[in-house]
Amino acid sequence: MPAKKKSAAKKKQKSSPAKSRNEADKTSHPGGPHAEAEINRSFSDEQKVETFRTMARIRRFEQISLKHYNAGKMGGFLHLYIGQESVAVGTISLCGDHDHIITAYRDHGHALAVGMGMNECMAELFGKSTGCSKGKGGSMHYFAPDKNFWGGHGIVGGQTPLGLGLAYGLKYKDLKGCSLTFLGDGAINQGAFHESLNLAGLFDLPAIFIIENNGYSMGTSQKRSSVYPPGGLAQRAEAYGIDWASCMGENVYEVRAVTWEAMRRAHEESRPTVLEINTYRYYGHSVADANAKKYRSKEEVEKYQREHDPVQIWREILIAEGVLSEEKANKIDQEAKDEANAAAKFAEESPYPTVDDIMTDVYEEVDSGSEAGRTGTHFFNT
Amino acid sequence: MRSILYRHAIREALDEELARDDNVVILGEEVAQYNGAYKVTEGLWKKWGDKRVVDTPISEAGFIGMGVGASMLGVRPVMELMFWSFHSVAFDQLVNNAAFVRYMSGGLIHCPIVVRGPANGGTNVGATHSHTPEGLFASFPGLKVCSPATPADVKGLMKTAIRDNDPVYVMENTLLYGTEGPVPDPEDGDHLVPLGVADVKREGDDITLIAHGRSVLHALKAAEILDHDHDIDAEVIDLRSIRPLDEDAILDSVAHTNRAVVIDESKPFCGVSAMICTLLQEKAFDDLDAPILRVNSLDAPSIYSPGVENDQLPNPQRIVDKVLSIA
Repeated sequence: MPAKKKSAAKKKQKSSPAKSRNEADKTSHPGGPHAEAEINRSFSDEQKVETFRTMARIRRFEQISLKHYNAGKMGGFLHLYIGQESVAVGTISLCGDHDHIITAYRDHGHALAVGMGMNECMAELFGKSTGCSKGKGGSMHYFAPDKNFWGGHGIVGGQTPLGLGLAYGLKYKDLKGCSLTFLGDGAINQGAFHESLNLAGLFDLPAIFIIENNGYSMGTSQKRSSVYPPGGLAQRAEAYGIDWASCMGENVYEVRAVTWEAMRRAHEESRPTVLEINTYRYYGHSVADANAKKYRSKEEVEKYQREHDPVQIWREILIAEGVLSEEKANKIDQEAKDEANAAAKFAEESPYPTVDDIMTDVYEEVDSGSEAGRTGTHFFNT
Repeated sequence: MRSILYRHAIREALDEELARDDNVVILGEEVAQYNGAYKVTEGLWKKWGDKRVVDTPISEAGFIGMGVGASMLGVRPVMELMFWSFHSVAFDQLVNNAAFVRYMSGGLIHCPIVVRGPANGGTNVGATHSHTPEGLFASFPGLKVCSPATPADVKGLMKTAIRDNDPVYVMENTLLYGTEGPVPDPEDGDHLVPLGVADVKREGDDITLIAHGRSVLHALKAAEILDHDHDIDAEVIDLRSIRPLDEDAILDSVAHTNRAVVIDESKPFCGVSAMICTLLQEKAFDDLDAPILRVNSLDAPSIYSPGVENDQLPNPQRIVDKVLSIA
């Protein structure tokens, strides 16, 4: 691929600034102005309802997983996505056959949004052999390559070069697709991210980096951890000659409209984009530091839940559009809850991996029984 | 058999694999238009063009990680680290991502990447540029590491590494790039050397010298001196591949000679030589007539001074002295 230089002078693109629900309500469409975007006009009623279902499923899945985490059924960390559901669901609802997704450790939402099952996801949290990674990865390391989902990565920012590589692979194979690389606002100060941006711009890769800005880099607010350009974090992309946009994440229509612009640019022009989608997480960075009250007030959390909750907003929009009824919405939510509880039961009843299982899935050549895998000593157990 | 340079043997391997598989792509700093910092990739960009031979910025974490990501989609990147010493700035990608993504995905993903470049001291470039991390990377399950000493071995192992479905880190040596040796002619068929198979570079009855990389050449030279001056017949085992490791070759040789000295340019603490000593202690204890000894680089950061750097590294005389202490 030629390492040609592109002009760094890029038009900046910024979507409409933060809109509260009240402002959105003033527009003619109950879903706000972005509902009229072309990509949303072709969003079928059935798809909209399914989007609501996925958001409800993510929320219920995580609520039930937290309950079982607190009951001591799981090890390690649990980074909850609750409050951010519209971001994963809205963006991933746009993905076609050659669009690929990769994210960091707060990955349950993306996993369910790409179509992974609750059973395999819950069982992974429980560390069971029926988990999506056979209990070898845990909460932070979900994968489903058959659904174009490449993790689930534990090191902050470490997944960004991999997402870049997915885009490189698509371009190398001449496939019309893109990679959506999700990262938190805490990852934007990692070197690997900046190296990825430079390479994405330099090589003209169809890579979209989506900063899910939930305001807190672990327990340190964004204001205390990052230098802000006037346009927000995504504006840093200008330094790399990359287009950028920023939007609110609470409305699925807005998320889709802004993300589609970036996907179109990737598909049609093979150019990268940095998106900043502003959102909020209701729980701590992880359950292990659940005392999020130390760095933000209870009132702040409650105000967001009351005025910006993405599941509630989407529900209300769809009801106002006549696509969904209260009764249907309640039914979907109940089904999501039942499914999550059933998944927990499935996980609980599933077996742990065996000690022998520890030694598989290390080398492909060994697992496949190839001649290479049978030549020489691969393992040095004492 | 024709004789070619070590660097040309690598180039030939890359060229043949570029021709064999459209998914093979060469990436690295100055590998294309500049023809490679050590001229290993000379001519490949001109022959294969922008898509197959790609210059990257000085951005190891970025382009190594990019290669790992591309490999998940079936591309087979062969990435040059100008020095393996620069592994430290790409460590998260080389270990957490390349080595562990298969395991953490429960076997759903594999990463068929090759990372290659020189890993050696002896060129007066100081501590930051003289790392020998083969033992370090071999300590991570999921990775494969080899360290070829001869043109024939580097060609055969490079081709094997590119075809392997797991990440293989090939550690070359700037001081070997200009060495020459016999390499089978491509017209006589594919020259492949499997990973996990050591090579007896010199047969002998009295003591086994176990080495890899450039230390093999020192061991062979030491064996000549021992034979000529001391009537000691040393066997030289070239590990070639560090992980997977040819345990049988090591154990068979020591069962025959009953003595062993391990030569390893790495520092003494927890390196390849320490691993081989542990292996012999565990599996060849009854065969041994003497303690296993080692010749490593002296245990300090690699010194710059051209006047003394060679004394920090393994050399034939240090090997001879060590052998004489137990023979």
